Amino acid sequence: MEYDVIIGLEVHAQLLTETKIFCSCPTTFGDEPNTNTCPVCIGMPGILPVLNKKIVDFGIKLGIATHCKIAKTNIFARKNYFYPDLPKGYQITQYESPLCEHGFLDIDTTGGSKRIGITRIHMEEDAGKLIHDLKGHRSFIDFNRAGVPLLEIVSEPDMRSTDEADTYLRELRQLLVYLEICDGNMEQGSFRCDANISVRPKGSTFFGVRTELKNMNSFRNVHRALSYEIKRHIDVLRSGREVTQQTMLWGETANATRSMRTKEESHDYRYFPEPDLVPVMVDNAWIGKIRKTLPEMPRERRKRFEEGYGLPGYDADILTQSRDVADYFEDCVSLLDSPKEISNWIMTEVLRVLKGGTADIKALKVTPRMLTSMIRLIDGGAISGKMAKDVFNEMAETGKSSEEIVKDSGLKQISDEGHLKNLAKTILEDHKKEVGSYKKGKTQLIGFFVGQLMKATKGKANPELTNKIIKEILEE
Amino acid sequence: MLDLARNFRMGNISPLDITEKILEAIRHDPLNAYITVDETGAKNAAKKAGEKIRKENNNPLLGVPVAIKDNICIKQMATTCASNILSSFVPTYDAHVVEKLKKMGAVIVGKTNMDEFAMGSTTNTSNIGTSKNPWDLGKTPGGSSGGSAAAVAAGLCAAALGSDTGGSIRQPASFCGITGLKPTYGSVSRFGLVAFASSLDQIGPMAGSARDVAVLYDAIKGYDPKDSTSVDIGYLPTTLDGLDMQGVRLGVPKAFFGEGLSTNVKKAVKDGIAVFKELGAKIIAIDLPNIKYGVAVYYIVATAEASSNLARYDGVRYGLREKGADDLIDMYMDTRAKGFGIEVKRRIMLGTYALSAGYYDQYYKKASKVRTLVIEDFVKAFDVCDIIIGPTTPTPAFGLYDMADDPLSLYLLDLYTIPANLTGGPALSIPCGFTKEGLPIGMQLMAPAFKEDILLGAGITFQDHTGFHEKRPQWNMM
Repeated sequence: MEYDVIIGLEVHAQLLTETKIFCSCPTTFGDEPNTNTCPVCIGMPGILPVLNKKIVDFGIKLGIATHCKIAKTNIFARKNYFYPDLPKGYQITQYESPLCEHGFLDIDTTGGSKRIGITRIHMEEDAGKLIHDLKGHRSFIDFNRAGVPLLEIVSEPDMRSTDEADTYLRELRQLLVYLEICDGNMEQGSFRCDANISVRPKGSTFFGVRTELKNMNSFRNVHRALSYEIKRHIDVLRSGREVTQQTMLWGETANATRSMRTKEESHDYRYFPEPDLVPVMVDNAWIGKIRKTLPEMPRERRKRFEEGYGLPGYDADILTQSRDVADYFEDCVSLLDSPKEISNWIMTEVLRVLKGGTADIKALKVTPRMLTSMIRLIDGGAISGKMAKDVFNEMAETGKSSEEIVKDSGLKQISDEGHLKNLAKTILEDHKKEVGSYKKGKTQLIGFFVGQLMKATKGKANPELTNKIIKEILEE
Repeated sequence: MLDLARNFRMGNISPLDITEKILEAIRHDPLNAYITVDETGAKNAAKKAGEKIRKENNNPLLGVPVAIKDNICIKQMATTCASNILSSFVPTYDAHVVEKLKKMGAVIVGKTNMDEFAMGSTTNTSNIGTSKNPWDLGKTPGGSSGGSAAAVAAGLCAAALGSDTGGSIRQPASFCGITGLKPTYGSVSRFGLVAFASSLDQIGPMAGSARDVAVLYDAIKGYDPKDSTSVDIGYLPTTLDGLDMQGVRLGVPKAFFGEGLSTNVKKAVKDGIAVFKELGAKIIAIDLPNIKYGVAVYYIVATAEASSNLARYDGVRYGLREKGADDLIDMYMDTRAKGFGIEVKRRIMLGTYALSAGYYDQYYKKASKVRTLVIEDFVKAFDVCDIIIGPTTPTPAFGLYDMADDPLSLYLLDLYTIPANLTGGPALSIPCGFTKEGLPIGMQLMAPAFKEDILLGAGITFQDHTGFHEKRPQWNMM
């Protein structure tokens, strides 16, 4: 028998706020254990939480971007359970009325665009982290993470394959990164994913027994774990047995899932409204204010890059992976109308030198103005594409302009106006046809003439001056 | 307290003199009123206050010895909540109210005895044993702020802070013949108050007279951004002139004078109401149909919140940790078994049950709905009256261990005090008479939220016309 696969995902996104959700401790990752703590986030007696409103801003932002209904009255709840990394013995979260509900996220699948429902998005606090010593005798607790703000994003069980789940996850992560509310780092745990999986005979409408899958800390592991668990479900059913409702853990080294707890062993969280916090009222003015700050969504931008700049889907996809890279691209295009050429340079050389991730593009020494000036040199024939790679590397290292680099490497610039004028006249006479086209309105040919002059001078001509002189002659 | 402040300024006595006298009396205290006494800190604060007394003429708290209930945190002073689980706990922070008192130059004498985690109405559940009533050492001072009440009544401090979740300020105030205010929920910051039931807990002042209570209330009230439930209204100082009772409408609920009310309390309270009538107040019979559910609602909401609030005492980070457990679960169980007393355990069990899957709707949710009905009862009642008046407790102080084996009967004695915690409104207990054995009797006044001025004004007027609050108990330091 053939089976349909049903997957729903629960994502926990750590928010990029400077301080924690209920105190003013920093949220920095990787600091010395227990240095970013205070009486609030370690649950001392008599201490009370005070909500960081920024978390609501971020939640509303994501809610708008995923077309959710934003709750007007927001009530926090306590989720009660004992664990050493949970300082208060309860987690402050939202239960009955989450901040956002009934939204969706569109993804591109092989069968075209598909809408994945977003059940809810709610605000909550993260727990601390247990660290076990190697011999296993002792455990330590690092409370730096306790109280770091999270958004939990729960999807509808709308995904029908591992690939769809993977695409949804990537799309959601890109959205979070675009909105600048989460850095999307799965390895560091700032973007975590649990999955609910079930299978059912092809074509049937009921849901099979589901298992929950945890501990998948990379896209690769999500893919492997889901594939494994789906196969396990199908094998169980094919052998005539039944799937047990339980929580499974993915074991990366074992390359298999194993049972963590069954339904009977599951916690009774005894949720009730958090009496230490007052309800947060979100009015239309608040939502409107956040709406104004929303950037263009990645999916729309991708489409615009394809249609507006005539870029191939592949280019548009890569350039829009990060808002910073997409912004860089558009800054370049505004200076030089050669989208494809710019795209090629960004996809290869620019991304190559960004060792610490795409956010580094902001600190890149090669500004859009410098990159486009360099491309102009190539277009003008002053330097070859191959030479340009060396020039680019030097720009990235030193921050010098391409013109400067070209000059310094022995190519003395010609800035004598009279000399350049004579050269220009000769070139224009040699290219009567092009001159004719120029005069008919094909003004971008200016680059060609400048290039010819550059070629004639082996790149020594002062490009700006040359540009100006040729323009003057043509327009006489 | 105001008398003391006056005497400081007249040079009749210095803050250090009175502090030393009090410290000496505490050394021979038969009441077991204090858990921790800070002799050095108190003397230092008294000396400092003495130097400022001439400069700060308008600060009635300067140099005044006050006691703090042991569930209110003071930096570098043990805060035990009368529990084994916190017997070693020393906070690194001051409660908001303590910070305010320190700034004003009050002399903090120490931490007073209480029922463990404020759960009880006798101080019997304290891990250091019960406190005693200075009017009769065989009687309970009430609770849970019994140590504070006994200390104030016996002169072991000039005034004290208590906390009130279901009557824990007013009941001991009435048993010990002093004045105590449960302020409006949100008017006094709970920051630094070790939580019992967060939606009901409120810190409040206890002192010898309504004027003193008003002064201490003014010192601790106010908005605090560290407590999200703190309410930011423009707080004005309470007038100490008393309230003109002419035309003031006093609502007398039938339900407060029904079965279970002892005859001596009934008579004293009726006499007290008569005093107000003499002064021109109008007496109106009112109906509070849902307060008969008050005790039931309270013991669901309070225990549910407590079961969660006390989860943090797990032996992991601070306080008691029992050694020798094989694994984490055993460590939790051993620690909590040893650390909590029987009443705390009982309430954690009750609250856990009330919140558990399948029972939440039936208990916690239903209780929350009935709580709303009680609130509506009071809203309607305050349409026709300005103050609701009645007894604070159904009986005067009872024998030290009379109720030790009967928690349910003890719970039922809270029926008059609980409604103000459910509604969040303010309530004041003032002395209004004595039994023929000489035990004090208290009368309770309730007003709409943030109308403490009316309550305190009425209390001041009453005390200007009566002398119950001036009588001293059999055992007192003077």
